[in-house]
Amino acid sequence: MVVAALGVTLISFIVAHAVPTDPIVSNLGQIASQRPEIVKAFREKWGLDKPLHEQYFTFVRNLARGEFGTSINTRRAVTKDLALFLPATVELATAAVVFALLLGLPLGIFAAVRRDGPIDHLARMVSLIGVSIPIFWLATVSLVLFYATLHWTVGPGRLGPQVEAPDYVTGLFTVDSLLESDFETLRDALSHLILPGLVLASSIMGLITRITRSSMLEVLSQDYTRTARAKGLREAVVVARHALRNALIPTVTVLGLAYGGLLSGAVMTETIFAWPGIGRYAFQAVRTNDFPAIMAVTFVIGIIYVVVNLVVDLLYGWLDPRIHYS
Amino acid sequence: MSQSEPTRETAPESEWRRVVSRLARNPVAMGGAVVVLAWVLTALTAPWIVPYDPIEQNIPNRLAAPSSQHWLGVDGLGRDVLSRVLYGGRISLPVAAVVVVLASIFGTLYGALAGFLGKWVDEIAMRIVDMVLSFPALILAMAIAAALGPSIRNSMLAMLMVWWPPYARLARGQVLALKECDFVPAALSLGTSNRRILLRHILPNSVAPSLVLMAMDFGNAIIITAALSFLGLGAVPPTPEWGMMVAEGRELIQQWWISTFPGVAILMVAIGCNFIGDGLRDAMDPRLRLR
Repeated sequence: MVVAALGVTLISFIVAHAVPTDPIVSNLGQIASQRPEIVKAFREKWGLDKPLHEQYFTFVRNLARGEFGTSINTRRAVTKDLALFLPATVELATAAVVFALLLGLPLGIFAAVRRDGPIDHLARMVSLIGVSIPIFWLATVSLVLFYATLHWTVGPGRLGPQVEAPDYVTGLFTVDSLLESDFETLRDALSHLILPGLVLASSIMGLITRITRSSMLEVLSQDYTRTARAKGLREAVVVARHALRNALIPTVTVLGLAYGGLLSGAVMTETIFAWPGIGRYAFQAVRTNDFPAIMAVTFVIGIIYVVVNLVVDLLYGWLDPRIHYS
Repeated sequence: MSQSEPTRETAPESEWRRVVSRLARNPVAMGGAVVVLAWVLTALTAPWIVPYDPIEQNIPNRLAAPSSQHWLGVDGLGRDVLSRVLYGGRISLPVAAVVVVLASIFGTLYGALAGFLGKWVDEIAMRIVDMVLSFPALILAMAIAAALGPSIRNSMLAMLMVWWPPYARLARGQVLALKECDFVPAALSLGTSNRRILLRHILPNSVAPSLVLMAMDFGNAIIITAALSFLGLGAVPPTPEWGMMVAEGRELIQQWWISTFPGVAILMVAIGCNFIGDGLRDAMDPRLRLR
């Protein structure tokens, strides 16, 4: 965990500094970068005049203190930017996970129970199409179809133009509006989550369906499932109580791995749905060469990824008591 | 196979043949193969079969809807969408192929060497793999591509840098298992060098899972290539690249055909590859072998 975290800092540092395009030119503009005194002041201000390893140690020391520096783009502390944008992504990703589980789990379970039946074939098609569909295209097309043409869903953004954002407590509009008992805003926030949430869910739903199906098949052929059937239990009870919990272990693993896909998908989904989350922030930082922001975002995303996978490891123990961590 | 491989004289050949025949009997995999092959042929013959020049602009006719003259409509600069989509394969297919092939070669050699040498070499090599894998591939590729500047070559480089670690992990696992097989001490006792054991005995036996991964990865590589271009980090205008075409049509919500059809092309190739990969995995699965 510590090694992984240090690795994450190292890679985010290398990436942000492997930039051949000069941050001075891209941030000061052509005219200002001609004047040596401005360039010198800029270098000093951002610590660019120090040797690389020293810059790295400063970076890690600041990280330990929770300081990511100031974004060159927004002129705000990156920590502030993150506090502003991260909740939006968490909200969207959570919606996506919920949608993906709601659709993917039953599909995988039924596919396994009725193996080689029509649902099984459907599940196979859905999961293959799910992993093959380019998410930026799905987002674009669904916005055109469901919003602009059919008017079934609300437009991009987190809230409608006439709705005011709730006061910042957690940054999650759904939770914050619930805290204020403002159900109008809550409804609006939820309705804005549907389309981007479903689009983002598509990237992991196929994976969930497929893994649930295959682990379910494996569990259903085990001796204890046969025993449960031999006891005369109803099939539904066998599936729900005896098989499902054991079959969930690989699904949970995949959910951890899929989180990476979710964060990548968030860049696309957020950019297209004008969703002010960390994915869009990352994309803008990358486009404008805002290196404190790039470093911070790659670091935070890397850490989220590492932590999620740690949580997944711990969940195993809960799902399968045979697994113990010493 | 050379005579220095006493344990498996003809087995690899017949095993491959069995895999191929099982694959040929799988209608879904064959369907995927036909689709991918059709796109490869289209890409190869595009200059002769497209109805219009893919980059020639015809402003008076801009944004024209699909018609008998322009089957898939016209884009914002008056260019024929069908011609551009057909040409798009000439960019995406070779880019994805180069990325997947180079990454799998490098990753496999890297992982095999790590697993074969073991000890601290393995430890350090695998920590590096973990470091790269601790980022979502697209995010890291996006950061690298942005650092290098937008061009097809740079987006390929960025993808290569994030693409090899899964192959390294896979190959290492295979090599660790194969190292314990009897044919290794047998070869050693015949005086075979370490290098020869790795290259001639262990590696050929460890490529099967990598092949499945490559087949499925190819579709993924097509998607990521397009995604980088969509974000403005890959192809530059006026190149007819699928991802960039989707981006160009994004603002033109009424003209749905501009972004829809390039996406359909990406989807078709990606699904085709996944069908092949899926079939290949079934064909190679030892548990399904007796059926």
